[in-house]
Amino acid sequence: MWFYEKKLQYPVRVSTCNPKLAKYLIEQYGGADGELAAALRYLNQRYTIPDKVVGLLTDIGTEEFAHLEMIATMVYKLTKDATPEQLKEAGLGEHYVNHDSALFYNNAAGTPWTATYIQAKGDPIADLYEDIAAEEKARATYQWIIDMSDDPDLNDGLRFLRQREIVHSQRFREAVEILKEERDRKKFF
Amino acid sequence: MNEKHQKSFTTVKSYRPFHSRYDPCKPIGVKYYSTPPNLFLGFQPPNLQQFSAKEALKKGTLWRFFYDYYENPYEKKGR
Ligand SMILES: [Fe+2]
Repeated sequence: MWFYEKKLQYPVRVSTCNPKLAKYLIEQYGGADGELAAALRYLNQRYTIPDKVVGLLTDIGTEEFAHLEMIATMVYKLTKDATPEQLKEAGLGEHYVNHDSALFYNNAAGTPWTATYIQAKGDPIADLYEDIAAEEKARATYQWIIDMSDDPDLNDGLRFLRQREIVHSQRFREAVEILKEERDRKKFF
Repeated sequence: MNEKHQKSFTTVKSYRPFHSRYDPCKPIGVKYYSTPPNLFLGFQPPNLQQFSAKEALKKGTLWRFFYDYYENPYEKKGR
């Protein structure tokens, strides 16, 4: 089960009214390498992975929901006061027609989230390598969004999220090392 | 932190994509990509240097080794 703490993992600030950034950010909300996909990928894979790394998948999968919440807050702040006209200018006219300014799980190009974005092969090494790749892809996505954004406060939050992807990738790499290790030669830190 | 775990690598690399005189756009020149610290350490060894708790919450990692600030490499050409 989960406990909910009613605050964000990292404070979200947005300094400029630029709904176009919301259109880019939504990639990390409902895109293939976004936070929703990440959370669901890890929390599902953990049932069929050796005990030693179940906790890691639970921890990281849980944290991804905290990231999802940060992205949602960013998108919301950027769109909540936008008129239909402003949304149209930002390339969000189609989104408005379908959702008003409600958030939805789709990528930056408007394609809805699909379970085919995630995998569960049941092979621990295959699954962890997928997770490592997913973290590197999320890291890259944050870079591309930072490159497109000139909002320093928003970028501050995005840099935090990118840093977390680096740490997650490291931990998944270590999980592979743990599963590779011979039984009688173990060391714990 | 042990000497050998000091950062002895760069986290930004670059290359020059081939540009033909028949390519329609002005060449971008250099393309950049990240090679973050997690590629270089293997299993994290004990006693790595930490940030203070307060700093760590801000930076997104407790461990100095893994911290990698990112900025748009195309904005600050040749960082
Ligand atoms: Fe992650």
